[in-house]
Formats: sequence, structure tokens, C-alpha cells
Amino acid sequence: MREKVIAINRNMKGWFIPVILLTLWIITYWKLQPVVDYTINNIFGLVSGKHLTETLRFFIFEVPKVILLLVLIIFIVGIIRTYFTPEKTRKVLEGKSLFTGNLLASLLGIVTPFCSCSAIPLFLGFVEAGVPLGVTFSFLIAAPMINEVALVLLIGLFGWKVAVIYVGTGLVIAIFSGWLIGKLHLEKYVAEWVYSVKASHENEAETKLLFYDRFRAGYEAVSEILGKIWIYIIIGIAVGAGAHGYVPQDFLGSLLGKENWYGVPLAIIMGIPMYSNAAGIIPIVSVLLEKGVSLGTALAFMMSVVGLSLPEIIILKKVLKWQLITAFVGIVAIGIVFVGFIFNYVM
Amino acid sequence: MDIKILGTGCPRCKALERATIDAVKETGLNATVSKVEDIMEIMKFGVMTTPALVINGQVVVKGKVPSVNELKDLFIQKL
Repeated sequence: MREKVIAINRNMKGWFIPVILLTLWIITYWKLQPVVDYTINNIFGLVSGKHLTETLRFFIFEVPKVILLLVLIIFIVGIIRTYFTPEKTRKVLEGKSLFTGNLLASLLGIVTPFCSCSAIPLFLGFVEAGVPLGVTFSFLIAAPMINEVALVLLIGLFGWKVAVIYVGTGLVIAIFSGWLIGKLHLEKYVAEWVYSVKASHENEAETKLLFYDRFRAGYEAVSEILGKIWIYIIIGIAVGAGAHGYVPQDFLGSLLGKENWYGVPLAIIMGIPMYSNAAGIIPIVSVLLEKGVSLGTALAFMMSVVGLSLPEIIILKKVLKWQLITAFVGIVAIGIVFVGFIFNYVM
Repeated sequence: MDIKILGTGCPRCKALERATIDAVKETGLNATVSKVEDIMEIMKFGVMTTPALVINGQVVVKGKVPSVNELKDLFIQKL
């Protein structure tokens, strides 16, 4: 009885903290524009309309805005992710049919916590439990490519439309590529020893999390992710501010511009040896766009860097034979080429 | 107490190893700390996210690196 009382107290402990933080967040976000305008015009005494003034205004406004959005989204996603463990995701996907399985795996790839360093144990855990190979691939493609940080940065720097396009087409690629890998029956190209893995399922009991623990997970996610990526955000916004309409079209622009049909495939090939998470690549994408690279080509480049990377391929080489790796890279690359072409054509 | 760190050598795995050794020292426990790097062995514990911490054969942490203080609490609970 006493233990129960303590548990309830612990559960309720600190309920007001999120409420206070959220109120502070709303006030800051709401008052940001007037405060920035006041600082620029009255404290710095700069004249509105001049190029330097507007560049400075853009930078001083965008950095806190994007960081505020990131804090909120990462915090919320951090809490949501405590409800989606890899174990639960695997349970949902076990023995699912093609297509439904690919769809679910791609969606779960967005919300399940994933780190490319855990790709191997995750792959083994899925395959061992009987998740179909194609479904496992849908998960492995969606997880690094689509995440909350990428979403917020895309919204902040390029607007809603680009963000929705990126997430939508990323999902289509993950679903379609996994589905095709499943259809092609490539199971024989998984390293033999994978099928001899015997995993214990004893340790699967979910530890019961209190609201307090979930709240802390959200807080930890914010400090961990922001600690890693803040520098990229500042660089990305500085580039966006400094280069606004300034940078002339140059070599890169003419090479990867809309007129060149080979722009998209070239961007993808350039992207494969590079490795970065979604947050790190976005500043580069903003540079590319400023240099006259078309949107479809820039998005294709971003997807190639985060979705197809040499280090990840080397990690996967431990569990997959080269035929399967080639199929995986080839199918995903073709998917990205389509996305790039469609957007260069439509936009 | 038998403590195992499961991890294939990622930076976070090394961070967990350091934190564990510090926590053991600070609590003055009589514990053996060993590292499991072989993926087949890791899979036997049924974890899908590394690094993971195993105390006396039971997985207590997976996919994250707790602070030294949290580890100390964990060790005391498992005594």
C-alpha cells in the first residue's frame, strides 16, 4: 500500500513543470518578432530595408525560432518515442504480409528510436523474430531518412511545402523499396549465420514507465540532440541569411541545375560516399539551393546522403551478401532518382 | 556481482563502459565488469539496441547511457 502511494506521488511529481515551460515557450515564440525588430531598429539603430539590416534581422530571428521549434518538437517526439520501443515495433511487424508490413514498418521507422550504430542488432532481432526481409528493409530505410529534426529544419528553412514533400516521398521510397526487396525473394543473400542467431526473448518484459520518466526522456532527447546539432543549425541559417539572393549562379548551379537531365543521378552518386545525419546535411542543402541547384536535385542529394551511406553499407556487409546490398542500394537510388525528376519537373 | 556491457564498439558503448567502471569504483562494490563485443553473444541477451548493461544475467539498460549516479542507484537496487 505504502509503495503504491509513493508511486503515485512520483508519478504526479513535477506535473507543473511542463505547464510552466510550455507557457514560457508560447510567450517567447509569440514575442520573438517584435523583440527582434526592436533590437535591430532601436538598440542597434539600423535602417530597415538595407541589405545588411535585413540579413541581420533574418539571422537573429531565424536562429531562436528554429531552436525553439526544435526544442518543442524533439521534446514531444522524445516523449512519444518512449511508447515505441524496437521490441514493440518488432512485435507489430512479425509475420505481417507484404505491403501492409512495408507501410507499417516505414511509419514505425519514423517514431521508433533508432541509431545507425544499432542497425545490426536491430536487423538480427527483426529477422530472427520472423519479420519479413522486405519489411525489415522498409524500416531500415525510413528510420534514418525521416525524423523530427529533419522535419523541423526543413519547415524552418524551406517552408511547409518542402518538408511535406520530403517526408511524403521518403515514405514512398521506404515502402516501395522494401516491398520490391520482399517481392524479389532475396532471403538467400542474407549471410547464412544470421539464420542461426538464437535470441533470448526473456528480457522483453516492458519496464513500466511513469509520466515522470517519459518527461525526463523528452528532456534528455532535447539536450542530447541539440548538443550535437546546434552548430549545423547556426551555419545553415548563416548561409541562408548571408547568401540570400547574393550568390551568383556558378559551376555547381549549372552542373546540378534543372536543365541538366543528369543532375539528379549525379547528385545521388555524389551523396553515397558522404555520411551525415539529416541535421548535418541541411545546411549544405541550403547552400546548394542558393547556388541555383534545383529543389528536386537538392532533395535527392539529401536523401542519398542520409539514406545511402558508405559507412552504413560497410556495417550491413556483415549480415548481407553483396547481391543484396547491390539490390538495396540500386532500388533506393532509383527511387530517389524518380523523386528528384518528379520535383524538378513539377516545381 | 557480475556486470556485462554489451556493445560492438560504438562511441556510446565506450561511454557506458567508462561510466560503469566509475560507478563501481564509487560504490566500492565487489563486481566484475566485462565487455561483450561479439554480436552473436549480444543477440543471446535479446537486445536490439546497443549499448546495453547486464547485471547477473539480466538486461537492465538498453540503448542508452545512464549517468554515473543512475548506475550507482541501479547497482544498489540489484544488490
